[in-house]
Amino acid sequence: MPVDRSALPGVGPDPAFLFPRFERHHLANGLEVRVVEHGSMPIVSFALVVAGGSGSDPGGREGLTGVVADMVDEGTGDLGAIEVSEALANIGGDYDVEVGADAVVFTLTTLARFVDRGAGLFAAMTTRPSLRDTDFERVRQLRRDRLRQLKDVPSAVAERAFLRLIYNSHPYGHLAIGEERALAELTLGQVMEAHGAAFRPSNATLVVAGDLGAGELLRAAERAFGGWQPRSVANLTLAADQPVPVPSRPRLALVPREGAAQSELRIGRLAARRDTPDYPALVVMNAVVGGQFVSRINLKLREEKGYTYGARTGFDWRKGLAPFVLHASVHTAATAEAVSDALHEFDVLRGERPVTPAELELAKASLTRGYPQSFQTVPQVARAVGQLALYDLPDDYFSNFGPTIHTVTIEDVTRVARAHLDPATLTMLIVGDRQVVGAKLSNPEWPALEVVGA
Amino acid sequence: MSSAASVLDLPFTRRRLANGLDVIVHEDHRVPIVAVNIWYHVGSKNERPGMTGFAHLFEHLMFEGSQHHDKGYFPPLQQAGAQLNGSTNTDRTNYWEVVPTSAVDRALWMESDRMGFLLPALTPERFETQRKVVLNERRQSYENRPYGLALMAMMAGLFPFDHPYRWPTIGDVPDLEAMQFEDVREFFRAYYGPSNASLVLAGDLSTEDGFELAERYFGDLPAGQRPAPIRAAASLSEERRLVLEDRVELPRLYLAWHSPAMFAEDDAELDLVADLVANGKASRLYRTLVYEDRVALDVSASQQSRELSSVFVLAATAAPGKSLADVAARVDVALTELAASGPTDAEMERSRAQVEANFLYRLQTVGGFGGKSDQLNAYNVLRGDAGYFAQDLRRYDAATQHSVRIAAGRYLMAEGRVMLSIVPRGQANAALPGSERIPVA
Repeated sequence: MPVDRSALPGVGPDPAFLFPRFERHHLANGLEVRVVEHGSMPIVSFALVVAGGSGSDPGGREGLTGVVADMVDEGTGDLGAIEVSEALANIGGDYDVEVGADAVVFTLTTLARFVDRGAGLFAAMTTRPSLRDTDFERVRQLRRDRLRQLKDVPSAVAERAFLRLIYNSHPYGHLAIGEERALAELTLGQVMEAHGAAFRPSNATLVVAGDLGAGELLRAAERAFGGWQPRSVANLTLAADQPVPVPSRPRLALVPREGAAQSELRIGRLAARRDTPDYPALVVMNAVVGGQFVSRINLKLREEKGYTYGARTGFDWRKGLAPFVLHASVHTAATAEAVSDALHEFDVLRGERPVTPAELELAKASLTRGYPQSFQTVPQVARAVGQLALYDLPDDYFSNFGPTIHTVTIEDVTRVARAHLDPATLTMLIVGDRQVVGAKLSNPEWPALEVVGA
Repeated sequence: MSSAASVLDLPFTRRRLANGLDVIVHEDHRVPIVAVNIWYHVGSKNERPGMTGFAHLFEHLMFEGSQHHDKGYFPPLQQAGAQLNGSTNTDRTNYWEVVPTSAVDRALWMESDRMGFLLPALTPERFETQRKVVLNERRQSYENRPYGLALMAMMAGLFPFDHPYRWPTIGDVPDLEAMQFEDVREFFRAYYGPSNASLVLAGDLSTEDGFELAERYFGDLPAGQRPAPIRAAASLSEERRLVLEDRVELPRLYLAWHSPAMFAEDDAELDLVADLVANGKASRLYRTLVYEDRVALDVSASQQSRELSSVFVLAATAAPGKSLADVAARVDVALTELAASGPTDAEMERSRAQVEANFLYRLQTVGGFGGKSDQLNAYNVLRGDAGYFAQDLRRYDAATQHSVRIAAGRYLMAEGRVMLSIVPRGQANAALPGSERIPVA
């Protein structure tokens, strides 16, 4: 039978999705262990979530948590940095660390038959790092050099400058890699102190996921992490608990990059905390305005105007107040037009051209129907369970994500757009050629242009 | 290795439709999704000087609509919960969707519509917009990125001007600016027929349903042409030292050698060599350059395997106050040592463990770049054997200290190589001595 090309085939009902069940246990030392049986490949993943993150860097020590995290694979016990790397390779280990604003997440994935070796190595590295002076000096220097290199990377320059513009001196206002002067003055003593303060059983959650029985996974965790000694020390100062920064006045700033072929663009503001009741509405709003390929802003800036290879908006969620930001690299000659078009799209979503029923349906469908794809691999599932711990989300959070998104209405989207997308409240940053774009950025409706340092 | 060996397999069924379309079905019912993955055996190697960048620009046009869905390709698929994308390299162009099981009909309807009926929907306006988008992509990903022009400079140093690997897949700017809408038609006819394509369906569907669907949506499309294979040889008989000034803080040295084609003898060995010298802190060059002598901030190496021939690339960024000559001298010592003595027992043991793990990790996702559907197509299109997964793993298992040593000597001790210094603007003297300037389009 020939294909009927007069209409697209319909699609069936939303696929049922149930996130894998997991168990919670507490070891005698206070460490919470979450165990997930998952997958049909002989693979196990460990994820250790240590609360704190770059937001817990004390003022003047920006980058401290990043250095601590980096020191974790620099040696433990009799093993030096090279030997740790060899031991990881010998079990086919895939080790990674991510320093977030609220937590550091370490992950190790290995073959199931190495579950005990993997757990033992992972525990030794994270809970008993050697923290030797020569390693510290080398790691710190590499990070300072890296910071220097990032001056050439327009997107990194933009990230760093934008955080500073919207957070000012709040502890969320710097990247994990930190600041040059702080890194230069950092001492090994401070690193030891920071490790002692954050790396405690009661300040961490361990996730073990894989294709083994829950009992076996738990026993591996217990053998490896059971000896981690609880310590009573003063609690960390968490960024999320700091007073909410007073929203700064909207600004229009430019970091000069002479001769730049493209302008790196950021537009946004501080918006909401991860635990806001508006979370589902904000996620849908983001999808409509800039969170996906078919969003209003990408279709305008890329598919209609050809100003950019792609424009995206998103929330950089945090336990405390998190930013909503547009990211794009646009043709230098089209910089002012791109800013203007993006602001217009933000503006009209607030009421002049509210989300349509079709847009709302598309946004919800794309957010929910493809959701199971995010949880295919063992490391994906382990990290996801770690996110639940980090943000204090309920165990059935992922299973309920779809139904919750479907409760969002047009009125909800308009309401949160009004609260967060008023162009008069948005801060704009351009990393680009001042000679070419500077003059065109003068607009009576925009703040006066300020030139800021990288 | 016995526990893992039983799952280190990628089973499938393959049939060829009457119009020449290869169809491969792989069942995996763990998650209720299906991966649709199509490879067209065309890439920038099929271009010619003056027309560079065309294959990639064409890939963009494939998302702009087709005759029976004459508008954007994304909305109906995102509506269905799909993830989707496409990419172009020197050798092939791929397109994929990962959809909930119930949306596989829609994905195949759309893929078949653009395979069979693309041209009626293409307009000069759509072409112009995507030309601009691609020029933005090039400025963002190459011109405006530190060291972003290195690969282009290396290829220009390794290959003669008309070799298919000489130009970058993104294309040279003058060529992109000069492209004509009229050329689209010819390119589509030459390369985008079923007989030059391979379709994989992987995931939550039965083999029988997979072939039935493929026949229904693609079976009626005219076969099209099967382009003649490209042949091109390249060699370099001397060391070429090149310098490129860039907006960078620190100089970086790139070394590049011609190496054997994907799947050819020594290709797997050179993959292992890359790991041995630059993967992880225990690798030889990381240890020497970054950990012990601290003359470099980073080091990387890869055997960039491709269809006609490959390139082995090694790169290291000089630490502040250190020279590229400091780096180059140590690299040469390490490579000479490897070619003379080969890897140690411990190094071989580590690399075997990592290879086994990486093959296993590769089996975790059905779709997307590098997922099982993409791997089946890679083996089918570039090797002519979709079932090559197990043999591919055996290539690495079969490597010995001896074979790795021989491969390192044969290729990395060769007289011909490119040594490219990327240096901060105005600091040409930071390049290796005797370097000539290289223009990049």
